[in-house]
Amino acid sequence: MIWYFRQLAAGLACLLALPAFAQQAEAPIQALLVEYGDIIAKSSRKTIGPAIDALANSGLPQAQTVLERWQAKEMWRNKETGLFVFAEEVDRDTLRIFDFNDEGEIGIAPDDDFKQLKPNSGIRGMIGAALVQFQLIDPDPELRATALDAIERDPEESHLTALRATAQGEGNPVLAARKERLERLLTIRFGETDDERIAAIRSFEGDLGVDARATLNPLVATSVVVSATPLGGAEIKRIIEPGSEALPRSDAYALLVDAEMAPPLVSREDKRVALVANIEDGQVAGIEVAALGTEAARDMAYAALAATGKVEPVAEETEIEKTLQTFLFYERYTGASPAVALAAADVLSGIETKVAWNQMADLGLDALSLASIYFLAAIGLAITFGVMGVINMAHGEFIMMGAYTGYVVQLFVTDYTLSILIALPLAFAVTFSAGVAMERLVIRWLYHRPLETLLATFGISIALQQIAKNIFGTQARPLTAPGWLDGSLVFNDIVSISYIRIAIFVLALLFLALFLFVMNRTRLGLEVRAVTQNPRMAASMGINPDKINMLTFGFGSGIAGIAGVAIGLYAKVTSEMGADYIVQAFMTVVVGGVGNIWGTLLGASLVGTLQKGIEWLNPSNTLAAQTYMILFIILFIQFRPRGIIALKGRAAEA
Amino acid sequence: MSIRLLSATAAAAAFAAVPAIAQDCPIKVGVLHSLSGTMAISETTLKDTMEMLIEQQNAAGGVLGCELEAVVVDPASDWPLFAEKARELLTVHEVDVIFGNWTSVSRKSVLPVIEELNGLLFYPVQYEGEESSKNVFYTGAAPNQQAIPATDYFLEELEVEKFALLGTDYVYPRTTNNILESYLQQKGIAEEDIFVNYTPFGHSDWSKIVADVVALGADGKKVGVISTINGDANVGFYKELAAAGVSADDIPVVAFSVGEEELSGLDTTNLVGHLAAWNYFQSADTEANETWVAAWKERMGEERVTNDPMEAHYIGFNMWVNAATDAGTTEVDAVRTAMYGQEFPNLTGGTAVMLPNHHLAKPVLIGEIQEDGQFDIISQTEEVPGDAWTDFLPESAVLMSDWQELECGMFNSQTETCVQIKSNY
Amino acid sequence: MSELSAGAFRRKPLVVQYPSLLIFLGLLALFTLGVTVLSEGFGIGVISTSFVKTLGKTLCLCLVALAMDLVWGYCGILSLGHMAFFGIGGYAIGMWLMYARTELIVIESLAGQALPPTAQEISDGIATQIFGVVGASEFPPIWAFAHSLPLQLAAVVLVPALLALVFGWLAFRSRVTGVYLSILTQAMTLALSLYLFQNDSGLRGNNGLSGLQNLPGLGDVPQSVVSVWFLWASALALGLGYLACVAIVSGKFGSVIRAIRDDEARVRFLGYPVEAYKLFIFTFTAILAGIAGALYYPQAGIVNPAEIAPIASIYLAVWVAIGGRGRLYGAVIGAAFVSLLSTWFTGGQAPDVNLGFATIQWVDWWTVLLGLSFVAVTLFAPKGIGGLFDLIAAKRSPDRHGADLGPDPGALREKEANE
Repeated sequence: MIWYFRQLAAGLACLLALPAFAQQAEAPIQALLVEYGDIIAKSSRKTIGPAIDALANSGLPQAQTVLERWQAKEMWRNKETGLFVFAEEVDRDTLRIFDFNDEGEIGIAPDDDFKQLKPNSGIRGMIGAALVQFQLIDPDPELRATALDAIERDPEESHLTALRATAQGEGNPVLAARKERLERLLTIRFGETDDERIAAIRSFEGDLGVDARATLNPLVATSVVVSATPLGGAEIKRIIEPGSEALPRSDAYALLVDAEMAPPLVSREDKRVALVANIEDGQVAGIEVAALGTEAARDMAYAALAATGKVEPVAEETEIEKTLQTFLFYERYTGASPAVALAAADVLSGIETKVAWNQMADLGLDALSLASIYFLAAIGLAITFGVMGVINMAHGEFIMMGAYTGYVVQLFVTDYTLSILIALPLAFAVTFSAGVAMERLVIRWLYHRPLETLLATFGISIALQQIAKNIFGTQARPLTAPGWLDGSLVFNDIVSISYIRIAIFVLALLFLALFLFVMNRTRLGLEVRAVTQNPRMAASMGINPDKINMLTFGFGSGIAGIAGVAIGLYAKVTSEMGADYIVQAFMTVVVGGVGNIWGTLLGASLVGTLQKGIEWLNPSNTLAAQTYMILFIILFIQFRPRGIIALKGRAAEA
Repeated sequence: MSIRLLSATAAAAAFAAVPAIAQDCPIKVGVLHSLSGTMAISETTLKDTMEMLIEQQNAAGGVLGCELEAVVVDPASDWPLFAEKARELLTVHEVDVIFGNWTSVSRKSVLPVIEELNGLLFYPVQYEGEESSKNVFYTGAAPNQQAIPATDYFLEELEVEKFALLGTDYVYPRTTNNILESYLQQKGIAEEDIFVNYTPFGHSDWSKIVADVVALGADGKKVGVISTINGDANVGFYKELAAAGVSADDIPVVAFSVGEEELSGLDTTNLVGHLAAWNYFQSADTEANETWVAAWKERMGEERVTNDPMEAHYIGFNMWVNAATDAGTTEVDAVRTAMYGQEFPNLTGGTAVMLPNHHLAKPVLIGEIQEDGQFDIISQTEEVPGDAWTDFLPESAVLMSDWQELECGMFNSQTETCVQIKSNY
Repeated sequence: MSELSAGAFRRKPLVVQYPSLLIFLGLLALFTLGVTVLSEGFGIGVISTSFVKTLGKTLCLCLVALAMDLVWGYCGILSLGHMAFFGIGGYAIGMWLMYARTELIVIESLAGQALPPTAQEISDGIATQIFGVVGASEFPPIWAFAHSLPLQLAAVVLVPALLALVFGWLAFRSRVTGVYLSILTQAMTLALSLYLFQNDSGLRGNNGLSGLQNLPGLGDVPQSVVSVWFLWASALALGLGYLACVAIVSGKFGSVIRAIRDDEARVRFLGYPVEAYKLFIFTFTAILAGIAGALYYPQAGIVNPAEIAPIASIYLAVWVAIGGRGRLYGAVIGAAFVSLLSTWFTGGQAPDVNLGFATIQWVDWWTVLLGLSFVAVTLFAPKGIGGLFDLIAAKRSPDRHGADLGPDPGALREKEANE
């Protein structure tokens, strides 16, 4: 029933709104839109070109508004009259509509009568390119920047003149620099004379920008040509041998076949089809069909058929070789005139070396960042496992608890900066208490039974995971970084690192400092070291080992909670996030050497660098990188069972 | 579901009730979705969807004069357990139909059981194709109903010339990317212009991969990313993408496994304009969809969203109800025969048709991510018939599936023989 | 020590020394017979085929738990890698099952063609069928022996044995012990499962090998019959495995490995080659696990990398701990009890508990209960369920505040040696 009421209401609204339609259907801009109405409504990049051109070149004062509104998906078309308006949504079902001609409000109407025109990003790009002529001279610097973005995305020849015309008068230094650079890039692409283009090319010597390479690379494009006679000329880059890396033999032969200079090869499948087609009385060329169950027999039958002329003969291996020998294969520049191509190739080769170095630097940053994440995940363990010798399989779940604390705080505190500032200590508090509770209830009974600690804490781990699932659901929860951590620190187009990763790196350093301070400079640290080395002696000195163990374990757990907030910020918050890090964290501690924070640091660096290194060697399969890294670690531990930094003397026996 | 529709089904049920007296009541509907383990993230929603659909149907009078009863089991994201639970559903609970599974591997796990015991399974998720079982109806998208149209959109509308195919390392991305590589090469994209990368489930360290993708643009070709990254890993991927400042206008990303549910774990402000291809978006502006979304939110809470596999269950369930009503029984073979040619209105407009190859004809939608975590539908095709065997891989181009006429799911049209009656698993 | 060696040297028959052996084998035979009589395939059909399969699989799990008990409960090596050996066994047999079944299908479909198929065409056909679903169509080298049942059966034993031998040799040689060894075995498991997760591994990646319940050439035999066959095979394997384990833990050899568990250094000083003993136990149990896996997965129907994930091995340790380690029947009881209980709870059959303010759905809370019960067992009942038998046998042990017969200070070594 509700449905009918809604229809009725919509109908009424429609009736009420109708008298308000005082749209200026005769206005030239409307006439132009209606003329191209169908292709605008079709909204395909392939066909939209004429409509955008017509609007942009119409010279009508409203053209810019139309294009801008259209680009912003604010243009609507009346389903009945076919007239165009722009509109803003009042609510889900109603629109406030405006006339394009004078930008006056027409009235309020239900959106069922109108069809929203949603240009896809391809069309939006084209509209953007068409808008350049208006926006480039706009007094608003933001619009001018938009125009420059549009040029970068879809450069056109007309943009070059427009850029040159406005480059001089640009008051904004940032935009002026961009304009100058764009002008050079467009000159390379559309410059009239070779000299002009080469000069522009030379100006990009050593430039690391992706845009520069993107402009230069097409210029040095080549294609392989085949010729029976020697070719000369500047556009020939070099002669290539068939069978070399640049031109495998099969490709070379395929080229010849395409150029109809050689007979096509016959595949096994073709042979089979030919044989089947020539079966006569259960025989093919005199051979029984039943005997054709091997390739050799089929080859023989085919050869016999070829001898009778029923099928094309097969090219033998020796013939292929001979055919290839008789022709010459050349690589020829196709992207630009030879002079330009040579200049571009020269500049590019200089850039490539620099790019390679910068890529190494970027990889190094990635490795450093990954190492700091592992370090952060492992530092709590370095305390509970490394110092106390307690295997805590629920460590990952403490990380998870920290991350969920961050999420819950963000539910109540909507200011992201403030919420993170609250979340960090709160996460520490939550996981500190959880750690203390766990130590009191479970771990202290198991200090001399490490294997059972492992199992008991594992039980806690699966229970905590499931509880988190029951409370927060199974879907990943958002933990959003404050705005000032968005984006990346960009050194150039190759080397960059996101601020959030830098923050994690800084956090890792802070924790390292905190750890060193607490362990070496405070009474607590002294007592912790005493209790770890000899609990009975420590107790006789008036230290309460129970209390110290409890505090140490809480401290380690609390740090895991803070790490959880950081990891949640850069990746995801799910109930299983802890499990993703636990094995790697243990590896980090074990590889580094138990009981030494510097060892953990080295371990994290080794694991991080190694993983990135393997990823670099095999970029298409990240999973393989993880596998090989773990294998390496297993081997490493075989040879250095006590890790990189092994404790010596009495401490090692503890 | 609109009121008119409900009353229509109810009326049909009333008419059909006469010959259905022999029907054992209640009719049991098996729900085989993981409620624990890794896949619970996605599958619990589908269990809730099924419970809601069954309640609605019971409110409208049930089927063949019987109440429907949901039998929910939990295969716990454990693939062998799927086979065990499917057998349990069919032999112990004796359900008449099963709605279930999400991952391909879980489907492959239950296939032998379903085929052995002649059960009936409705599989609601977009998948890699290359399969056709007599006992399964695939209500999700085959590659030609999602991947191929999205790639066409990249090629034609965005003029992408260089492709990065990023995926989680499992069967759906592998097969889909294989099909796409072959398809792109047929479309004239050179092999070196296709970059492929696979990452493990739940991958979180995306900085290098995103940097690699950005670097692809260095030869002046427009780069596009086709993402078959699954589940949680998307959170890290999109965060890194946003941090690297990759705008959808420069390097568009189209995802096949990212829907409204996945976006609810993300802040989407920096992702506006990136794409997803599905057969359904919550933002679809139709009467039926508004009712459906409202009913869902009323049941599950205001913050919950709807997504494509839910619509697949919605269509599948209603088609099953209609087919059972037409057949006058819930007996599997009768229902199966009655399924062919069943029509049911999509939530996005138009009509879904069940084809003899057990796939649906459905429209393909492409949406741009918006700030509110919803999708803005910018392209909607006519209904595309699902294709079990892709035309873009040489081995399967010759295969076809037709259970109505040929009674074979793997028919070699070149040699005109049925390769096998059972499906490959 | 004197009592210990005296027990070992007297050489009483196994049965006398281990009265539980006869009881166990008797119960196992009775159980198998009972299930056969009640099954659909051979009897009156009271037990459904799916439950027969569950029982058959449970027997295999008991066998791998037995192996775990031997390596952990008796030798003190907490291996978190035995489910990896279990999985390898499944993969080894699965390769043959898939290959042979697909071969039959391919030969049948090619038979209709005009020309008789070549060996290459058949091989290509099989490869397309098996790897088509994971986007490949060629046989990886790892499948070289898949056509031969004897070779793959040998692989069931040899591959886990070889892996255990190499890994064990490396680890024990460099004296990696205790929790370090546990973590290392866990890393090995993780590496193996990550490797198998890759499609490039040639074992169909995440999909694994499926359709294993259909035996090649026996398509006409109903699953109700096949399930009972496998139940018999699993029971036989468990019986033999139990016998072998009893033989190992009794006598001098058994005393030495228990001594290694209790104080490795002391045994070494006494002149025993500790590493060799440990390596033997590690490898032997890996073989047991491999055989158990080879019987398990044809009943489960699918083997894939998720089965090998580290968590599975930890669950294995949980079963043994709950059942009671250091006694063989404890492991069997633990595996059977926990895995069957798990099936019951996750099956949605357990009734919800209404607390008034909230309803506990077992599907959601079962894992929590399992985790916590695990903590409770470790803290309060280190002997596990097996400890109940001590109560029946009126064996008393002094209260050692939760410390059990385990590998730690305070263990009741002498007493245990008399068992």
